[in-house]
Amino acid sequence: MASDWQEYTPLLIPDIPDLHKLDVYIENGGYEQWKAVLSDEWTPESVVNTVKEANIRGRGGAGFNAGLKWSFMPKPDGGPRYLACNGDESEPGTFKDRMIFEFNPHLFIEGALIAAYAMQCTAIYCYIRGEYNSWIQKMERAVEDAYTRGLIGKGAAGSDFDVEFHIYSGAGAYICGEETAMLESLEGKRGYPRVKPPFPAQKGLWSHPTTINNIETLSNVPLVIRNGADWYRSIGAESHPGPVLYGISGHVNSPGVYELPSGVPALDLIEKVAGGVRNGKKLKAIIPGGSSTPVLRADQLEGVNMDGDSLREAGSMLGTAGMVVMDEDTDMIEVLWRITHFYHHESCGQCTPCREGTGWLEKIMLKIRSGEGEIRDLDLLLDLTTQMEGRTICALADAAAWPVRHTITRFREEFEARCKKRSKVAASA
Amino acid sequence: MSYEFTKDDLSRIEEIKAKFPEVKPATLPVLWLAQKKFGHVEPEVQKLVANTLGLPEAHVHGVAEFYTQYYKKKKGKYVLDVCTCLSCQLCGGYDMLHYLEEKLGISQGETTEDGLFTIQQVECLGACGYAPMLQITNERYVNHLTKEKADRLIDDLKNGKVPDFEVMKMKKPQKGAN
Ligand SMILES: Cc1cc2nc3c(=O)[nH]c(=O)nc-3n(C[C@H](O)[C@H](O)[C@H](O)COP(=O)(O)O)c2cc1C
Ligand code: SF4
Ligand code: FES
Repeated sequence: MASDWQEYTPLLIPDIPDLHKLDVYIENGGYEQWKAVLSDEWTPESVVNTVKEANIRGRGGAGFNAGLKWSFMPKPDGGPRYLACNGDESEPGTFKDRMIFEFNPHLFIEGALIAAYAMQCTAIYCYIRGEYNSWIQKMERAVEDAYTRGLIGKGAAGSDFDVEFHIYSGAGAYICGEETAMLESLEGKRGYPRVKPPFPAQKGLWSHPTTINNIETLSNVPLVIRNGADWYRSIGAESHPGPVLYGISGHVNSPGVYELPSGVPALDLIEKVAGGVRNGKKLKAIIPGGSSTPVLRADQLEGVNMDGDSLREAGSMLGTAGMVVMDEDTDMIEVLWRITHFYHHESCGQCTPCREGTGWLEKIMLKIRSGEGEIRDLDLLLDLTTQMEGRTICALADAAAWPVRHTITRFREEFEARCKKRSKVAASA
Repeated sequence: MSYEFTKDDLSRIEEIKAKFPEVKPATLPVLWLAQKKFGHVEPEVQKLVANTLGLPEAHVHGVAEFYTQYYKKKKGKYVLDVCTCLSCQLCGGYDMLHYLEEKLGISQGETTEDGLFTIQQVECLGACGYAPMLQITNERYVNHLTKEKADRLIDDLKNGKVPDFEVMKMKKPQKGAN
C-alpha cells in the first residue's frame, strides 16, 4: 500500500557496512539463491515462471515484465545466447544504478547469473556508461572476485552450467542506452539503434538470441527467488510491485537516492522523504522519472503515487523513477529549452523526423527564450511533436517530443507571456 | 610523433579480444586503452589501434568520432567536464561553468595556455542529486560544487593533486521512516 513506506526496510541496498565485499555479501546470505537455482530445486522454466509471476517491471524506463521478456527467448539450440545488462544510465535525472555498482554489486551479479541460467545464456555482458569509470572498476573487481570464488565460469558453484561474465565500458553517447544501440556498441560499432523486427530475442548480439535488462531490474531477481513471487507482489503498488530506487534531484533539501516500495505518494517523496522544497519555497512542478517523462504541476500531484498506473492517470510516466523537483522560481522556458538541447545533441541522426525535429525544437525554443518567439511558435512546436512521434527507429524522438508537448500545454500562460505580443492583421479597412 | 604499444599493452589487448567472439568489439576498449596511455586518440593513434586489431582505419575513425569521451584532439592535462543538464541547470550548473571559465580565462571548449586545463560543458553525468558537479578527465566526480570548492579544486590540480573519490551514500527518509 502507498502509505506503508514508513515501515519499509531496504532490500536492494540494505544498510550493511562493506556489503560490496564478496565475503560480507556471502555472510549475509549472498549467492544462496544462485546455488539454489543451480540445484534440483529449480529448472530454467520454473525460474522464468516465478519471475514472470512476480511481475518485476523493467526499471530501465519502459516497465515491461522481466519474466515475460525472458520467455520470448527461443528454445536453446546449442548456439550462443546472451544477456546484455543495461548500465548506460544516461537519462537526465537518473543516477540509481551506480548505487548498486557501488554498494551491492554482488546482488546484481547474482541476479544476472540467475537470469542467464533461466534463459540458458552462454555469456553476460554488462554495459556501463564510460563516464562511470570509477564504478566500472568496482564492478570489474566484483566480477573478478566472483570468478575467483568459483561462482561464475565453467562449473559455476559446483554445477555443470557455464557462463561468462564481462564488463564493457561505453564512451559517451546517451543513445547507447537504447537497447539495440547498446548491442551495436557492444559489437564495437557506432551506437545506431536497429530497426525492429527482428527483435533482440531472435537476433541480438552477433545475431544470436539476446535479452536486455536494466541493472536494477536484475537486482530484484534474487529477492524473488529467495522469498517467492507472492511476497514480492505484496511490496508497494499492486500493478507495479517491488522496491524502487528513487533518485531525487533539483530543488529539495535532501537530494539523493532513496530505496522505498513502489507507489510512494509523490508529495510524500518530496515533503517527507527528501525533506521538502529547499529555502522554504513552494513547489512548482516535478518531472517524475527522467527528462522524457511529462512534467506535472504541483496542483496535479494530489493523490498521485509513484507507480506506472497512477502516474499514467495523472498524465505522466514512472520512467526511471528519477524525480526532478522544481520550486516556484523555476523558469519553465529555460528548463524546456535545456531538455530540447539535450535531445538534439543526442539524436543519432538516422531518422529524418528525429534529426530535423529535435533540431527545430531546440531552435524554436532558443527563439522563445530570447524573447523573439510568437504565440504561433508554440503551436508550431506542438505540431512538430506530433510529426516526430511514432515515426522513427527508436523512441528517442518520442522522448524528445513528450516534454515539449506537455510542458507547453501545462504551462501555456507562462510560455505565452514570454512571446511577443503582435497586433493581428494590419490590413483593417 | 609515432605511437606504439608496448609488449604489456599487447598482451592486455589479447585479453580484451578474448572476451568476444570477434575482433571488432575490442575497438572501444582498445581506444580507451590508447587514450589512457597517450592522453588522446588523434588520427595517428586511431591508425595504431586499427593496425593492431587488423581492422579498417575508417571503422576505428568512425567509432572514435561517434563517442564524445574519446579525445580526437589533444586536450589539457585536466579536462573539466561541467554538467549543465537538467538537474545541474536547476542547481546552478551554468553559474559553475561561468565561474570556472572566468577563473581560468577560457571559454568552454578551450584549453589554458599552459596546457593544464580544458573546460567542457557536458550532458547529464548521472550525479543529478549531487548537483552542480563536474568530472575530471573522464575519471573523478566532484559533487556539490560551490565557488569555494571550485577554487580549492583548481589549486589542488595545479599542484598535481586529484581529489579523492567522494562516497555519496544512500539516503534515509528525512521524516516518518523507521
Ligand atoms: C533513447 C533511449 C535511451 C535509453 N536509455 C536507457 C538507459 O540508460 N538505461 C536503461 O536501462 N534503459 C534505457 N532505455 C531503455 C532500454 O531500451 C530498454 O528498454 C531497457 O534497458 C530494458 O530493460 P528493462 O526491461 O529491465 O527495463 C533507453 C531507451 C531509449 C529509447
Ligand atoms: S529516433 Fe532519433 S535517436 Fe532513434 S534511431 Fe532515429 S534518429 Fe536515431
Ligand atoms: S543533470 Fe547533471 S549530473 Fe544529471
